[in-house]
Amino acid sequence: MPQLPDAETLCRQLAEQIRPCLKPNTVLIGIRTGGEWLARRLHALLGIEEPPGAIDISFYRDDYGAKGLHASPQRTHIPFSIEEAPVILVDDVLYTGRTTRAALNEIFDFGRPASVELAVLVDRGGRELPVAARYCAHILPEPLPASQNLQLEETEDGNLTLRLIDA
Amino acid sequence: MRNPQLNKNGELQHLLTLDGLPRDVIVSILDHAAPFTEVAEREVKKLPLLRGKSIFNLFFENSTRTRTTFEIAAKRLSADVVNLNVSTSSTAKGESLLDTIDNLCAMHADMFVVRHAASGAPVLIAKHLQAAGRDHIHVVNAGDGRHAHPTQGLLDMYTIRHYKHDFTQLTVAIVGDVLHSRVARSQIAALNTLGVPELRVIAPKTLLPAEIEKLGIRVFHDMSEGLKDVDVVMMLRLQNERMSGALLPTPQEYYKVWGLTEEKLALAKSDAIVMHPGPMNRGVEIDSAVADGSQAVILPQVTFGIAVRMAVMSMLAGQ
Repeated sequence: MPQLPDAETLCRQLAEQIRPCLKPNTVLIGIRTGGEWLARRLHALLGIEEPPGAIDISFYRDDYGAKGLHASPQRTHIPFSIEEAPVILVDDVLYTGRTTRAALNEIFDFGRPASVELAVLVDRGGRELPVAARYCAHILPEPLPASQNLQLEETEDGNLTLRLIDA
Repeated sequence: MRNPQLNKNGELQHLLTLDGLPRDVIVSILDHAAPFTEVAEREVKKLPLLRGKSIFNLFFENSTRTRTTFEIAAKRLSADVVNLNVSTSSTAKGESLLDTIDNLCAMHADMFVVRHAASGAPVLIAKHLQAAGRDHIHVVNAGDGRHAHPTQGLLDMYTIRHYKHDFTQLTVAIVGDVLHSRVARSQIAALNTLGVPELRVIAPKTLLPAEIEKLGIRVFHDMSEGLKDVDVVMMLRLQNERMSGALLPTPQEYYKVWGLTEEKLALAKSDAIVMHPGPMNRGVEIDSAVADGSQAVILPQVTFGIAVRMAVMSMLAGQ
């Protein structure tokens, strides 16, 4: 099992990668749930004015036909206009790229952003779609096997940690 | 015997009635409906879930609101919707219900939304599909005779939960023509399943089914007694088209005794909500001042109804 880096450290590193590229009207959208926590953290670290949006991609998944509806979809909440905004899409872990694809489709149902960039905490390898992150705090040296889930968790005191679970 | 609405994994296969539908399935539908309410506020009011699915609206009985909200719900899920105008269809030429279904199956239907004047028609269709091994085709009951109107019952439960949160703390009164009302039957089933401790029915004796007390209901024949301290008032439409014989005096007399006015509503809790499944007969079962008043949630019911129907259709089609 690979040594997992400290999520709090990665979070600060990710913020520093994004900082020089920020535009005055940059907005953040986190993919529920890990990406939502991360977006809130980045929002505070970067001092962005608009509160971050949160999207749930359950209604845009490409495996609905095979697996049905997700057990507990949450509300998508984007409290600002996407039209002509530079968007940074935030997710905890980049894996196949399918979640990113679903999120892009959903974002465009809210309007036409000026640009969309992807920021992730960890790239675990295993891409199945042509997706790459513009900002990435950590790339695992070896891709994780499909039998393992890497996910972000929020502890009771509000700290972020990475956890590896056997699927 | 297995509940005909559920598949072997206990998931929703058809939605036929709320009577006997397990509590966790009802709660799951309400939970799923919540995120669908947000879609209406988007630039593009559409989700890709039912892309490529064909949904047939089979309305053997007139309806505007229900048919329209089912159609909007299906279209917002990107399904292809076909509305069959039954009065001009082959049924009028003598085709049987099940022959109609078989023909639509041959056109690769994925779902039937059925309204029928005969109680049990949607169940008949579901059994027919099951016997033919067509488990991938789903049936939604959009109201059958006096039997059930499950999506109306579900949207009513969604509305109550939205405003009142906890069913186990509520006193709910259903007022009016319970005898002819499939809406009331679905409401009573769901309210009992969701644990409402005090369920009342307020109606003249001629508009009550026999032995209704056995459903765990307190029966009142007096508005001022029945409305006292209730949290939710669920009005029913006076169904003139289903009346035969002299069950009632004139509409004016009915209004005087059973119509919901501001004075009568004042007997309920001050934060009580007023619901109505529509279409309303103003000045018969409800006064305009109440229907348009601050306690009425009648239009939100319609909006929630779209989200609830989206939830039901996407849960069915995903099985």
